[in-house]
Amino acid sequence: MKRFDYAAPASLREAIDTLRQRADGVRLLAGGTDLLPQIKEGGLWPSHVVSLRRVPELRGISFDPSTGLRVGAAELLSDVAAHEVVSRHYQALAEGAGIVGSVQTRNMGTIGGNVCNAAPSADTAPPLLVFDAAVVIASRDGERQLPLSEFFLGPGRTALAPGEIAVALELPPPAERSGSVYQRHTPRKIMDIAVVGVACRLVLAPDESMAEARIALGAVAPTSIRCPDAEALLQGRAPSVALFEQAADAAREASSPITDVRGSAEFRRELVRVMTARCLAIAAERARLLSERTCR
Amino acid sequence: MKRPITLKINGQRHDVLVEPSATLLEAVRDQAGLMGAKEGCGTGDCGACSMIVDGRLVTSCLMLAVEAEGSDITTIEGLARDGQLHPLQQAFIDLGAVQCGYCIPGMILAGKALLDANPNPAPDEIRRAIAGNLCRCTGYTKIVEAIAAAATQLQGATP
Repeated sequence: MKRFDYAAPASLREAIDTLRQRADGVRLLAGGTDLLPQIKEGGLWPSHVVSLRRVPELRGISFDPSTGLRVGAAELLSDVAAHEVVSRHYQALAEGAGIVGSVQTRNMGTIGGNVCNAAPSADTAPPLLVFDAAVVIASRDGERQLPLSEFFLGPGRTALAPGEIAVALELPPPAERSGSVYQRHTPRKIMDIAVVGVACRLVLAPDESMAEARIALGAVAPTSIRCPDAEALLQGRAPSVALFEQAADAAREASSPITDVRGSAEFRRELVRVMTARCLAIAAERARLLSERTCR
Repeated sequence: MKRPITLKINGQRHDVLVEPSATLLEAVRDQAGLMGAKEGCGTGDCGACSMIVDGRLVTSCLMLAVEAEGSDITTIEGLARDGQLHPLQQAFIDLGAVQCGYCIPGMILAGKALLDANPNPAPDEIRRAIAGNLCRCTGYTKIVEAIAAAATQLQGATP
């Protein structure tokens, strides 16, 4: 592999200082499953690699029913997928984190890395978007929070400024009667990259209408996207197959896929329609099931 | 510039001198001299370089050697005990799960990581556990059968 200098700071403060001192050509290393292939084969040649492995502030998954879920950026995808609270209350996220790459990928790759690599097909991005996740970002000047919907700027591009590090993802508390799902289409069951990814989250009001609706798509636009028009169609109305079909049509219109080796634009748009309708039905079913059992 | 690090491989300490850009795979093969792990793709897609690091299956071609310092590293060489093959190794032989052999060290370690966490996996769980390990010879059926047989044996029943 191309040679580079390496540092492994032991605190966030030290990591930020190291990043600032070596501003040009520095890359942050988390799990390495994206960065190392980019260095080996993708034409990337950093002069310095700063490892985040030993930074304790980036670790930990914590949940509080009143404030929600906080996932450290360096938490492994396998740990996010297996976490009990995530599996129960943030099911779409557990599904997204649990399907990235292989066992090995998930044992090395981190949730922060999956987000900051900003692949349009990132499997954790649509789930995080439907949970209204925010990215906690640290720099020398302190911390700021940015909604994930404003974090992605394009393929491989994020709102992180030079000298900034993504520290954690924060997700609001789960609603009483809510259900979520993430599904993706791939030619192979596992070890593949999404042709289309769809995440949905629905919250049911006591009168069975949808108090909240979220739809997010992956791999069909330069970034993962929310579908506000489709969501607005659902808001305040009762779930039905016909309504889900309408919202699915609107989601299809929100997508702007390209044709590439994984599928044509036309195929992807059609997949968005079919998969959105399917995922909305699953989310509604899960919201009902969850409300039958006791929540929390 | 090269730096001295100590890797703990199969319970033994290896003092090695590596570039920061050297992968764990390179350090284990070229410095520690353990040739079981193979380089296939070099980009984490094929699993031939799989090792168990601190209890987790990883692709050692995507891990820097310096990042593995202080960790417990298990390679295929660490499975046999007192000249006795690990039940997974024996099952691969007995059931004809090995053809060219290039993927087998990684495949067996993937099986071990699975059985350590889930001693009685269903065939579908075995297939998911080895999804990151490509074999171009066998078609996987005998590999899945061998892991299932090893699971049975490890649980003390007759295969």
